[in-house]
Amino acid sequence: MSRAFKELGLDATPLAAATPAFCTSIPAGELRGICEQARARKARLVALWGSDETTRRAGHALHLALAFPAGLLWVSVPLSREDPHYPGIADIYPSANRMQRAAADLLGIIPSADADRRKWLRHGAWPEGAFPLRKNVEAGARFAQGPDRYPFVPVEGEGVHEIPVGPVHAGTIEPGHFRFSIVGEKILRLEERLGYKHKGIEKRFEQMTLEEGAKLAGRVSGDSTVAYAWAYAMAVEGATGTEPPRRALALRGILLELERIANHLGDLGYLGNDVSLSFGFFQFWRLKEDLLRTHAQLFGHRYLMDAVVPGGVAKDLPPAAGEALAERLARIEREVATLKSIYDEHAGAQDRFIMTGQVTPELAERMGLTGLAARASGVARDLRVDYPIPPWQQLDPRAASHTRGDVAARIAVRFDEVFESMRLVQALVRQLPDGDIRAPLGAAAAGARGVGWVEGWRGEVLIALDVSGTGRIHRLHPHDPSWQNWPLLEHAVHGNIVPDFPLINKSFNLSYSGVDL
Amino acid sequence: MYQLLKQIAKTGIVTEPAPLPDAALRALEQRLGELILKHFGRALAIRHVDAGSCNGCELEIHAMNSPYYNLEGLGIKFVASPRHADMLLVTGPVSRNMETALRRTWEATPDPKLVVAIGDCGCTGGIFGESYASCGRVSNVIPVDVAVPGCPPTPVAILQGILTAITPGRK
Repeated sequence: MSRAFKELGLDATPLAAATPAFCTSIPAGELRGICEQARARKARLVALWGSDETTRRAGHALHLALAFPAGLLWVSVPLSREDPHYPGIADIYPSANRMQRAAADLLGIIPSADADRRKWLRHGAWPEGAFPLRKNVEAGARFAQGPDRYPFVPVEGEGVHEIPVGPVHAGTIEPGHFRFSIVGEKILRLEERLGYKHKGIEKRFEQMTLEEGAKLAGRVSGDSTVAYAWAYAMAVEGATGTEPPRRALALRGILLELERIANHLGDLGYLGNDVSLSFGFFQFWRLKEDLLRTHAQLFGHRYLMDAVVPGGVAKDLPPAAGEALAERLARIEREVATLKSIYDEHAGAQDRFIMTGQVTPELAERMGLTGLAARASGVARDLRVDYPIPPWQQLDPRAASHTRGDVAARIAVRFDEVFESMRLVQALVRQLPDGDIRAPLGAAAAGARGVGWVEGWRGEVLIALDVSGTGRIHRLHPHDPSWQNWPLLEHAVHGNIVPDFPLINKSFNLSYSGVDL
Repeated sequence: MYQLLKQIAKTGIVTEPAPLPDAALRALEQRLGELILKHFGRALAIRHVDAGSCNGCELEIHAMNSPYYNLEGLGIKFVASPRHADMLLVTGPVSRNMETALRRTWEATPDPKLVVAIGDCGCTGGIFGESYASCGRVSNVIPVDVAVPGCPPTPVAILQGILTAITPGRK
């Protein structure tokens, strides 16, 4: 399959990974050319991050993960220690903008050609010129809290004024800052500023063994704990040559779909609430609570944290428990069907949902929208469908799809996915293979790499792992689909009224913790 | 409309009894007099502040608003501004990027006020600990009356922490 990359003039080596993955190294001078060709071949940018290689007698490095039909391509670009500049690619892949700025803040690797060189993750916690993810910064290092000034893009004109919101919001949500420029009630421009939750996750990983990292991976973004834990396990299994038992893979499939159902139920409730249909909130949150209690009963945790571990899963599902789960899901499914018809026929709610917060398919494609939001905007991509590895192989999962790209479309996709995930869980429970649920981990070779790539409920979660000479984590980048989708929220609100912002925001429901790291 | 009303009738009342306070969750001795607590007990306004969590604790705070727990029936209400709040419910290790915002929110909350720290990270810094980017536990930044462990703590545990904070009691 690496032939697919020959056309690009690339010598790609296959990586041991559950999903097809390859790696290659290119000089910085070829970066833009490769990206332009990749873009022309409809490859999408999954992630961009940096690393400090000075402990390996090298300089620094920039890394990209590109998704081709043949699989994931991990491109490394070695940079010199003295002058770690590279030509930026945000004009080719717009979603690279904030990723490049984050890498600049953490590691001091600089995109030289790009106009937007503002800081991103660095607020006041460390000074300009300090790079906390470099290896010469001790894990226990502290910097004096400094001032924090951020140049928002000003909007001027008659009647334009600004509304600054956050980081502490009015609702129970994560912290971030939204700067609205408005005329009357209409939003002219929204600029997001995130990074408030930056708590040094990537540095923390580098103090951990491969086994220890699993717990932290499951807490990068708490609502996607299964997706992250699975991606982490996949990366570690690739790097250590471990093959998880088939029963464990099926159980992981069950856990991932349960996580999807639980999150979608919660969102469907909140979307009702945001249009004053509090009936919807209470009904969906009752169903979600029923499901969470079932999770606790069967898997020992309401959100299924630490259920997926490197090598397999932590807890088995005995036949009686499987039947109980199937029965509980069937009951929830019937109620969701009733609630769907109530939502569909509620004129007041539909009036708020339809044509609100629209992202057209063209815009979604150009900006690299991903996950459930992309599927609501005509971009029918889903890792479970595109790279059907076990346990998806025989199940023939169907990707939900809608083209209008508004709040109503994101609701429709959620309903579709709830029903499809119910079908998948039921099928997996019925066909659960016999055998062990956990395989012992092999030893990782120094410098071994691993890739984990999982379609979480929000979109594709990537874990890129590089193992150190002593079998610990040299560098690990966890990547949330929210990196790609946050910039689209800025577009989706154009021309909408300020009071619709909470509704539009909720319809995306993006992660702050997952991108602030 | 018929279907909606039918669904409400069919669902009935699912609310469960509230947990009892637990003095073991106290981090500080009760500072408020009985009279104030009596008022808080019937009308407690809470402002939630996420100071750097993984979002897990927020999921359980949301879940606490489900009809199973019927918070408003207990006189507990989440409010949009710290200026309207009697209590701050704080999650997360406090990230250094949120340190100032948390302090300002605390200062904006009128006295007498209570602080309940939520989750293992709020109690100890949790898996994230203290680092160049994390101040660790909430009490490293503002005074905490009650700390509720768990990753994340269940809605019942959070509710128990809230009720403990408005109950007379020693550490």
